[in-house]
Amino acid sequence: MKKVFIIVVGLLMPVLSWGAESTTYPNDKIEIDWDDKASMQRGARTFVNYCMGCHSAKYSRYNRVGVDLEISDDLMLDNLIFTTDINGDRTKAGELMNIAMTPVYGEQAFGVAPPDLSLVARSRGVNWLYNYLRGFYVDESRPLGMNNGVFENVAMPHVLVELQGYQKVKTIMQADGQGGEHEVIVGFELVKPGTQSKSEYDQTVLDLVAFLDYLAEPYKQTRKTVGTGVIIFLFILLILTYFLKKEYWKDVH
Amino acid sequence: MSDKSTNGGLMGWIDARFPMTKMWEDHLSKYYAPKNFNFWYFFGSLALLVLVIQIVTGIFLTMHYKPDGEMAFTSVEYIMRDVDWGWLIRYLHSTGSSAFFIVVYLHMLRGMMYGSYQKPRELIWLFGMFIYLALMAEAFMGYLLPWGQMSYWGAQVIISLFGAIPVIGDDLTLWIRGDFVISDATLNRFFALHVVAVPLVLIMLVVMHILALHEVGSNNPEGIEIKKHKDENGIPLDGIPFHPYYSVKDIVGVVVFLILFSVVVFFMPEMGGYFLEHANFVPANQFQTPEHIAPVWYFTPYYAILRAVPDKLIGVIGMFAAIFVLFILPWIDRGKVHSIRYRSSAFKWLLVMFVISFIGLGYLGALPLSDSRTFFARVYSVGYFGFFLGLWWISKNEKTKPVPERIQ
Repeated sequence: MKKVFIIVVGLLMPVLSWGAESTTYPNDKIEIDWDDKASMQRGARTFVNYCMGCHSAKYSRYNRVGVDLEISDDLMLDNLIFTTDINGDRTKAGELMNIAMTPVYGEQAFGVAPPDLSLVARSRGVNWLYNYLRGFYVDESRPLGMNNGVFENVAMPHVLVELQGYQKVKTIMQADGQGGEHEVIVGFELVKPGTQSKSEYDQTVLDLVAFLDYLAEPYKQTRKTVGTGVIIFLFILLILTYFLKKEYWKDVH
Repeated sequence: MSDKSTNGGLMGWIDARFPMTKMWEDHLSKYYAPKNFNFWYFFGSLALLVLVIQIVTGIFLTMHYKPDGEMAFTSVEYIMRDVDWGWLIRYLHSTGSSAFFIVVYLHMLRGMMYGSYQKPRELIWLFGMFIYLALMAEAFMGYLLPWGQMSYWGAQVIISLFGAIPVIGDDLTLWIRGDFVISDATLNRFFALHVVAVPLVLIMLVVMHILALHEVGSNNPEGIEIKKHKDENGIPLDGIPFHPYYSVKDIVGVVVFLILFSVVVFFMPEMGGYFLEHANFVPANQFQTPEHIAPVWYFTPYYAILRAVPDKLIGVIGMFAAIFVLFILPWIDRGKVHSIRYRSSAFKWLLVMFVISFIGLGYLGALPLSDSRTFFARVYSVGYFGFFLGLWWISKNEKTKPVPERIQ
């Protein structure tokens, strides 16, 4: 059996040993703390102030966010809802988080329509978002003067630049393993500070990503709580069914 | 009919009009199964359980889902957010589809290990293969319904395979899609097929699969016919009634399965992008092709075979041949001994090679192409087909161990 195992592993080796794809900069990992509602509330504030000018979250409702992040409807209306509906009336707390910018207008303005962000944390992942939002740097060759170390030649302007400030990119040349060389980003250098320090800005982005993670799957925490109960119940059931089976099988030889 | 039916009472009344007691006895309380079923024999009943989970959760999803190109993606998110327990119903269904393939693959491997496809069970195997085929159609059409990027482009790639068929190819793809591209028309017909047509076929085939099984009786890990040795009442000496013995045993298997199933549903419903692909959280967009299109994991072995062949038509033929060759397995295997326990070491090695090739192909089929991956996909493809060729070759004059008369 041991011999078989070694041969099996040996034959699968080429399959198992392939590494990851090329890396981008920055490339940090984060953990989202779902119990930190204050962080998600701050993220929600950043989201409606800086993102929702162009990006909708059209699968989510304001008051669902309110209930989950412990924000009352009144606070929500006063601080987080800035849009109007098609009749020109103030958006109500129970409505979806739509925006006024149409995809056609967005495409004319930026070249691509700004995507809806309800699910971006599920399609891109939280680490990607955290790095992307910290990865803008000055690049005069781009139409908006900015490029991104994670999403090269991105159409989106750096809307958080007043907070982060302007940073320049530090690069080195690296062999690509096929005889050639290419430029690799190894760091950023702040050339004009924003209103926040680096650690404050990192926290702002972390809060925003925490909110986006919540937004992508509002029931994530609920499912884990329910799941724990379900699995405990099933283990108790397993004990009972196991002994039931044993009792019936006593007379089978 | 049994004595009970003449007893009167409600059961007697029913039995005079409908073979209730007879069916109960034929299929459960007096269906004699070998007493030595092991771990591998759980997967049949588990497949039935997953089928029920899929049907029940599917019914509830249909109450809220909208098969409309404009509304499908939104309605799924509506289920995930605004429908009470909608997230649970959806995750049960999406995890259930992967679970279905896991239990079916293990169920099939069991059949291959213990020769459950061999005479006299060829028809059971054939019905089972048709179930597998229907299941693949069901899963493929179901995957289009969330109308995400991977739904759209995965379907695009697979439907375009039919375009490789000479002469009729283009017209055939047009006929399948109902449009020149995957569109609302495709979504609507896939919905109809997914919720009505294919499930009906599946249920019918499952009934035939079980009827055929109960006609000839179950195989077992020893590969011995228990019907050869019966007592004076005609009951197999090594058999035990399915109910209550295997019904209580299968319940233990069901609970263990549900624990593992719950771990995925509640703690990792995306399964690292294998059960729910990340790109499928972006709505379908016919103008934007994703960087990397991979079918869901249960199709990747065949997809890898397709990509391993340089010519598209031959690749498509290879892919369909990989499925077809499983159908004729009962006639490829010319051996008389059923169980791997008493077969030659050549058979064991062939089966090990087959399993490694299948897993290797499945892994490669999910990855973007590269030269080394194509090379290994070819090696594994040879391993996959090599099993069938090798089995046909060795089984004619196989050196087997003596098979015992009775189950110990």
